[in-house]
Amino acid sequence: MKTLWNNYRYLILRRFTQIGILVLYFGANAWGWTILMGNLSSSLLFNMIPMSDPYAALQMLAAGAVMATDLLIGVAVVSLFYLLIGGRAFCSWVCPVNMITDLANFLRAKIGLNQVQGIKQPASRKLRYWVLALSLIISAFMGVTAFEFISPISMVHRGLVFGLGFGWAAMLIIFLFDLFVLKNGWCGHICPLGGFYSLLGKFSLIRVHHNEENCTLCMKCKVVCPENQVLHMIGKESLPVLSGECTNCARCIEVCDDDALGFSIKSLIKNKTTGE
Amino acid sequence: MSENRPEKKKKQPLSDRRKFILGMARSVGIATLGGFVWSAYVDEVTASQLLLRPPGAIEEEDFLKTCIKCGMCVEACPYDTLLLAKPGDHKPLGTPYFVPREIPCYMCPDIPCVPVCPTGALDEPSVTTDGKLDINIADMGLAVVDEESCIAFWGIQCDACYRACPILGQAITIEYQKNERTGKHAYMKPIVHADACTGCGMCERACVTEKPAIFILPRETAMGKAGDYYIKGWDKEDEKRLENAGEIKTTTDLSRQSASDKLNSDFLEDLY
Repeated sequence: MKTLWNNYRYLILRRFTQIGILVLYFGANAWGWTILMGNLSSSLLFNMIPMSDPYAALQMLAAGAVMATDLLIGVAVVSLFYLLIGGRAFCSWVCPVNMITDLANFLRAKIGLNQVQGIKQPASRKLRYWVLALSLIISAFMGVTAFEFISPISMVHRGLVFGLGFGWAAMLIIFLFDLFVLKNGWCGHICPLGGFYSLLGKFSLIRVHHNEENCTLCMKCKVVCPENQVLHMIGKESLPVLSGECTNCARCIEVCDDDALGFSIKSLIKNKTTGE
Repeated sequence: MSENRPEKKKKQPLSDRRKFILGMARSVGIATLGGFVWSAYVDEVTASQLLLRPPGAIEEEDFLKTCIKCGMCVEACPYDTLLLAKPGDHKPLGTPYFVPREIPCYMCPDIPCVPVCPTGALDEPSVTTDGKLDINIADMGLAVVDEESCIAFWGIQCDACYRACPILGQAITIEYQKNERTGKHAYMKPIVHADACTGCGMCERACVTEKPAIFILPRETAMGKAGDYYIKGWDKEDEKRLENAGEIKTTTDLSRQSASDKLNSDFLEDLY
């Protein structure tokens, strides 16, 4: 039991926050709870603190919408929060799609698809930045928030809170895509929201830190990591994971038996010169 | 691609420069393709629809870019009137709307759905009079009566819509008219007044016919526009609109020449 907790402590906590947030949203809609109202696009915490999706706001800006004060405060709150704890902490600790893609990834490993398809991925992880740029261009040209009208993320969280409709189809598509077509396909390659938080997360303070002296080169961390390009320093240098693409999911910390990985706070002054 | 051409010599590896150019061309190609499909889809799903928005909603075009689709208005609505468009509803995804025949807007005096909007897509000033929220000036749509299927227009007595109207006696009035068919009864026709109607849909909900004979349409769809050339000459206020009227010159085959030329031309002779 102790080892189970040790091996999955962050995973359990992540599922707890992901599901907990959805339950709070659901309760707000169904039973009038006032702890957390709205959905992941924009919400109100404790009936007081506005929180808004900065990427949605960026699309609104591109589309030429008038930005309301509440929205700007909400954007500032969310942006500051993720600037501190890691941009893509949203992806692994909040976003409900993460549960779908994690399941696809888990099954992928279980049925041995990774061996069949090999290590070489047929698509670039830079794709998400193209989608991000494209979404802003289309928003500007069409005068609507382009990604918000097709976002499977919104379909899922909005669906779970307000009624799913055909939203299950979006879930199934992402699941099958990640399972059979591309490993970490949606979250790791395409999702522009992930791309946006990757850019934001470049500056975040909480980082996974690698201690090379303890590393036994078992590479379990690289196998389990959904964005394993960020772990390029494993076994080579004692460095924090500085890439914004790291989701701070902490799976690498859990699977490491040698205490070579752990959370640390980025020192603002040091990292510029030595990266430590 | 050059690498696919049959070559006698041993295949040359692509130079970095070529690889880069090829990579960029590929990315631009995919982005263009994706961009067009994406734009076409967004254009299709946001195309103007017969959609009723919550009170205080700004114009549809601005609404689509301003609404963040958070559902705060939906949660605030005590009557479960407002819905968020789901995939499969064939409405712009995630935006709030209501279907009056199912649940109309009950026009709460405190309009809980509007102040909670974080983006101003539901505009508080537009439903405020003298610093106080005023649901009676909301404009969600306009009730339209189909005189063919409204039984009151047949001569059968029914004033369900009139009774249901929350702005009783102003948004809908009953017009009496002699029923010539029987010679001793009256038609009691419901007449909607566009200046008072908020489009709440209580009348549509109350209508007794199988498919409602009075229904709410977005004002944009329900109303025509006279333009600035037709003025109520008896109304001083209305005459101000003349200032906006510009000149329109219509040129037809006949009017191309001046009137006198026309009369003196061979044209008339040709007629005889």
